[in-house]
Amino acid sequence: MTAFRIPGKGRVNHDTAVRFRFDGKSYGGVEGDTVASALLANGVHLMGRSFKYHRPRGPVTAGSEEPNALIGTSRGKGRFEPNTRATVQEIYDGLKAESQNKWPSLNFDIGAVNDRLYMLFSAGFYYKTFMWPKSFWDRVYEPVIRAAAGLGVSPSEPDPDSYASRYLHCDVLIVGAGPAGLAAALTAGRSGSDVVIVDEHTEMGGTLLSEDQVQIAGQSAWDWLSATLDELKGMNNVRLMTRTTAIGYYHQNMVALSQKLTDHLAAVPGNAPRERMWRVRANQVVLAQGAIERPLVFDGNDRPGVMFAGAAQTYLNRYGVKVGERAVIVTSHDSAWYCAFDLADAGVAVAAIADTRDEIAPEFAQMAADKGIEVLKGHTVSSTTGRLRVKSVLVNPVRNGKVGASRTIDCDALLMCGGWTPSLHLFSHTKGSLNWDSEAEVFLPGDKTEACHIAGAGRGLWGIARALEDGANAGSEAAIAAGYATEVGLYPVEADRTGGGVTHKELPSDRDAGKAKAFIDFQNDVTAKDIRLAVREGMRSIEHVKRYTTNGMATDQGKLSNMNGLTIAADAVGKEAPKVGLTTFRPPYTPTSFGTFAGYHKDAHFELTRKTPIDGWAEENEAAFEPVSLWRRAWYFPLSGEDMHRAVARECKATRQSLGMFDASTLGKIEVSGPDAVEFMNRMYTNPWTKLAAGRCRYGLLLGEDGYIRDDGVIGRLSQDKFHVTTTTGGAARVLNMMEDYLQTEWPDLKVWLTSTTEQWATIALNGPNARKLIEPFVEGQDLSEEAFPHMSVSECKVAGIPARLFRISFTGELGFEINVPARYGRELWEKLYEAGQQYDVCPYGTETMHVLRAEKGYIIVGQDTDGTVTPDDAGIGWAVGKKKPDFVGMRSLKRPDLVAEGRKQLVGLLTDDPKTLLEEGAQIVADPKQPIPMKMIGHVTSSYWSEALGRTIALAVVEGGRSRMGESLHIPMPDRVLSAKVTETVFYDPEGERLKA
Amino acid sequence: MTHFSALSLLSNALTGHKNWREQWPDAQPKKAYDVIVIGAGGHGLGAAYYLAKEFGITNVAVIEKGWLGGGNTGRNTTIIRSNYLYDESARLFDHAVDLWEGLSQELNYNVMFSQRGVMMLAHNVHDVQSFKRHIHANRLNGVDNRWLTPEEAKAFCPPLNIESNARYPVMGAALQQRAGTARHDAVAWGYARAASALGVDIIQNCPVLAIRRGTDGAVEGVETTKGFIKAGKIAVSAAGNTSVVMETADVRLPLESYPLQALVSEPVKPVLPCVVMSNTVHAYISQSDKGELVIGSGTDQYTSYSQRGGLPLIEHTVAAICEVFPMFRRMRMLRKWGGIVDVTPDRSAILGKTPVKGLYVNCGWGTGGFKATPGAAHTLAHTVAHDEPHPINAPFTLERFQTGRLIDEAAAAAVAH
Amino acid sequence: MLLIHCPYCDETLPELEFAYAGEAHIDRPEDPSAMTDEEWRDFLFIRNNKRGTHFERWRHINGCARFFNAVRDTVSDKFLTTYKAGTPRPSDAELEELGK
Repeated sequence: MTAFRIPGKGRVNHDTAVRFRFDGKSYGGVEGDTVASALLANGVHLMGRSFKYHRPRGPVTAGSEEPNALIGTSRGKGRFEPNTRATVQEIYDGLKAESQNKWPSLNFDIGAVNDRLYMLFSAGFYYKTFMWPKSFWDRVYEPVIRAAAGLGVSPSEPDPDSYASRYLHCDVLIVGAGPAGLAAALTAGRSGSDVVIVDEHTEMGGTLLSEDQVQIAGQSAWDWLSATLDELKGMNNVRLMTRTTAIGYYHQNMVALSQKLTDHLAAVPGNAPRERMWRVRANQVVLAQGAIERPLVFDGNDRPGVMFAGAAQTYLNRYGVKVGERAVIVTSHDSAWYCAFDLADAGVAVAAIADTRDEIAPEFAQMAADKGIEVLKGHTVSSTTGRLRVKSVLVNPVRNGKVGASRTIDCDALLMCGGWTPSLHLFSHTKGSLNWDSEAEVFLPGDKTEACHIAGAGRGLWGIARALEDGANAGSEAAIAAGYATEVGLYPVEADRTGGGVTHKELPSDRDAGKAKAFIDFQNDVTAKDIRLAVREGMRSIEHVKRYTTNGMATDQGKLSNMNGLTIAADAVGKEAPKVGLTTFRPPYTPTSFGTFAGYHKDAHFELTRKTPIDGWAEENEAAFEPVSLWRRAWYFPLSGEDMHRAVARECKATRQSLGMFDASTLGKIEVSGPDAVEFMNRMYTNPWTKLAAGRCRYGLLLGEDGYIRDDGVIGRLSQDKFHVTTTTGGAARVLNMMEDYLQTEWPDLKVWLTSTTEQWATIALNGPNARKLIEPFVEGQDLSEEAFPHMSVSECKVAGIPARLFRISFTGELGFEINVPARYGRELWEKLYEAGQQYDVCPYGTETMHVLRAEKGYIIVGQDTDGTVTPDDAGIGWAVGKKKPDFVGMRSLKRPDLVAEGRKQLVGLLTDDPKTLLEEGAQIVADPKQPIPMKMIGHVTSSYWSEALGRTIALAVVEGGRSRMGESLHIPMPDRVLSAKVTETVFYDPEGERLKA
Repeated sequence: MTHFSALSLLSNALTGHKNWREQWPDAQPKKAYDVIVIGAGGHGLGAAYYLAKEFGITNVAVIEKGWLGGGNTGRNTTIIRSNYLYDESARLFDHAVDLWEGLSQELNYNVMFSQRGVMMLAHNVHDVQSFKRHIHANRLNGVDNRWLTPEEAKAFCPPLNIESNARYPVMGAALQQRAGTARHDAVAWGYARAASALGVDIIQNCPVLAIRRGTDGAVEGVETTKGFIKAGKIAVSAAGNTSVVMETADVRLPLESYPLQALVSEPVKPVLPCVVMSNTVHAYISQSDKGELVIGSGTDQYTSYSQRGGLPLIEHTVAAICEVFPMFRRMRMLRKWGGIVDVTPDRSAILGKTPVKGLYVNCGWGTGGFKATPGAAHTLAHTVAHDEPHPINAPFTLERFQTGRLIDEAAAAAVAH
Repeated sequence: MLLIHCPYCDETLPELEFAYAGEAHIDRPEDPSAMTDEEWRDFLFIRNNKRGTHFERWRHINGCARFFNAVRDTVSDKFLTTYKAGTPRPSDAELEELGK
């Protein structure tokens, strides 16, 4: 048993010892301990160093609002985590924890020199200096500042854990399982509504866990709690979730929950997710988040051993841990008196209770007298002593606003309470309004924007009796609003602890205020002086004060500091607090792992990968792949020892000489059908469609309404009222969306149906002089002769017995066919053709070869040779625009002044002077390479490849007035040299198109 | 204005910091000004500063509906870069970077402009083509930007995941070493302090109800919650709220306002030495001097003034960060917030004159307004002072939406295939 | 995440099923060729960008795939109503009633 543990007391399991390490030293705790409670049980208060001054710090709270006791935890490779709150982290056998922001050790930290120089490090000091010499900022000042800042160190290895996520719908979500939340759950649960109740702690009960003296409905608090939890667990319509934090309250009652699943386990089951994100959509939400204690602001209020009275009470009653041997209480609120009494009852010497108020309830005074505790009414605290642990406190009487002489009282624990702040973070996320209660000096919930109910301390109601009553009512309201009939239970309470108090700005002192280190934001080392300095410097809005001083920006997000900061800023400005403003609380309620937000979207599952039916074959045949939008596509098929260049050269050659096959399944496919299909096509695409006969194809060009090229593809007319439209791989969804938009909202009178068929068809492109020879034996129902099935034909027939849409089209300039078969036959057909193709040395090729072959023919790739600023005329495909059409999407925009202006960039070919020189795609083109920078750039290279067929490089480029520059020499200045090239037509290979008819 | 320096800091430290004066007075409006700037963000305050400093126009008020610097200036992820493709954009943003480089000294306020480099990741062949196009254009425009192989990118930014089995493997990166970050609040405060010292009135908590125009159509002044304030020239620099303000002058704009979210992690010791952007996975990240990872998200799909934003986008953003930096998965999100960004059809700003005499507008910066702050402010001041645009902002007209002469950086990076 | 009522499915569903599609009631002109550059610009680009009651289009893209109209308050993000494409916009009086 450790020195400060009281045998048998509290809710921890004294019989199960747990060992863990902190800063390399082994400590013992018991099951149910947090790192903080276990260390306190060992008499260790010093757990960390503050951000700026590196002051020694111990826990000030017993919960998730802890600003000081932050540790790093590790449990093997990739499982290090910084800035974990020791007050939340449960211990388990083998836990390794370490303190942060110190060097060389927690006890002796060089960085603490900042504390000596604190006068220099006033609020906003860095805005006023480090400006000279100018070059020093990046090289000297900033690196030093950065190294000094930060708290823990980042993890350095990939996290091996997995994270889960779930959706959940319920009638009533209750956030917080203290007395108010539990009473709400009982009412709502008994009504039959679907209830979810969550609590961030390891067990439910909230305040009840540390106030075991209370009697509810004739039972002791803990008996009532067990009975209540048993009843709730017995209801099928109630789900109870512990270690679960409601982190954010989003639109229309969606609340995000972060549930911790394994961080408390010594042995983690192999595949267990570490955390789970729940996205709960609740009909009604009850917020029963309680209240957070407020520090008193006095010099030295941050020493290890100074903590909240409420925290000391929790350590005592819940964990069975005395936070010291000799305690002094300093308070402005009744609640701390109970702490004093509990400590005294547990055998802690309570040296004094210093209350800032002049009037104290007589029963308090009596009880203190009974327990032999000295009572100091109307007192202030002017300072404390002690370096690594508080040693004494200086208290002074205050009479008529005058601070009397101080008296030093020795102590090893100084327990403070400056009042309670209703916890309205989630309510604040909803943009609900907050009303200032000038009497209690707290913000309380005002107008609501969501279907939520606030219960208990969140509404400024203190004591367990009122929490239970209010919670029961809130649960009832919620269940009724969700459509259930309720009966509100009664919870008679005895031995309740209620009371009130006052709040303060800095406590009055007889010492030099300029030298006081009275902390408001413990972690960020913001003092009362800093707040006043900020106001003096013109920061009058609380947002300015916050940003200038960093008050409230620490990892507790102002849970402890916001109200004190506001009170003091308001005092300095000379206005009431709400006039100075309240900083908005933002999600998440407590810091939440990135992994939890990412959930399943990790590694290969970050985004789905679309694969064609033939992808598996490509993988088995060792294709290199490239990502194209969500697809992965076979890029090239290297034989052993081949690099990309050689593989592509081989694939190109094989295709032009004999036969290549290509998986074109990713091409977008949309079926446009219906009596008005042709009219629809006329309106959407630039081309005329009326005269296109069934069984024929046409290159289709689609513009945006702004006149720029959006997409293109070959479109086959299957029958009078049916078109098979193809789109670019990446454009399929956009094109369909655009078509649907026009069809549904502009032309609803047209009888047209659009169906996405991209994934319905597998598409195999066969190109090369032997393409027809290969497929002819497989085709039934279509004569493939030049006369019967010329270039740009389409037919519904059978290929290898499979119903197919067969196109005679070519994106290579060779005789070409594209066979579409239902996706499930794709691989089977591919393999059949590949096998039969062996007699022609068939060569499977990938996207890179496809790109080269099409570039040799000057066929554009939308998105590569065009960007979103290119018109049909710019791209040299003005022929695809129907001149006699009355209208089509984008037609009007083509007549805008800048779109018909001279000198627009036009697509041309480029041939480098040196046939071996490959231009870089994206390289910029100039007319005069000798001009100084900035140069006048007249275009850029859009496509550039080695052409095996031509034995030289080729390129496409967009160039200002390009088509009038044929034969002109242009220049491409590279970092190391200037390249030169001649402007040519865009078709480099077989300009007459003879090979299409091979 | 008290001069800020190590010496003044030291001497004030010795006197308990009791003698610092307010950095800007909280002004009450006069009856009339030569120029009123609507919106006290970095852009508006900066414009007022340059009007006073460079153009000698000191009878200027900056009117703000809330507190200065409380809009997008104080809500963005502070990325500053100028490696834009088009000459027009490159010139404007590079002008801004030129001014950023001397801004701390110019304003006597440390805005912590940190030229730690901005690295943009290429994840597919299309990205590579697009980035190379940018790099070559930048080079010939005299704008810093260079190509890094995946290995070079990792050497520059060690936490980066360049494994080839990633869902979106890193195929390289474009690095602008001259780019970086700055302390956003300090920019607003520094301009406010310097402008105040030159006589500019900064009027906070004073929503503009309407811009009033005279019978000749020209502006006369603004109706505010603190009464009518007369002015011959009005410059609107109100970011997400520009449409609302301009409509009161009967000027309708090609703008839509979207929620944009950002978040920070808990602070840690230095781990990320530069800014990393990935447009393909939508991840934008840097580490603040305080140690927080500062992460930008994309815009929500719908227009909104709620400054709220939804969860799915944040989940995607964080997943993207974890994809690029798997070691950050155990880091924790500390705080996320929303801003309102005004977006034009070509996603470039509108910066110049309007059809109304005496009315000038500076808007449409989308998600990238912070980086332009000094450049936009400076050229806006020039435009107001001369009633003619500066050559740098001349292309950023409202007329371009009629002629079609758009400056479409996003379209230039079009993704199709 | 918003909850959106699809007037075709007559169900209220999460935003993930829907795609925003810009301001509503901007009809494509009958005869674009007859428009001036200025009029055409207004059609293409000028938007109300209303702070408050906003008429807008959504598409139930991961559901019935229909485009429909909605009225949403852009300050609170609350939907006042949704209605089928092609039906007239609700009157001010109707909207006031819905806002209550």
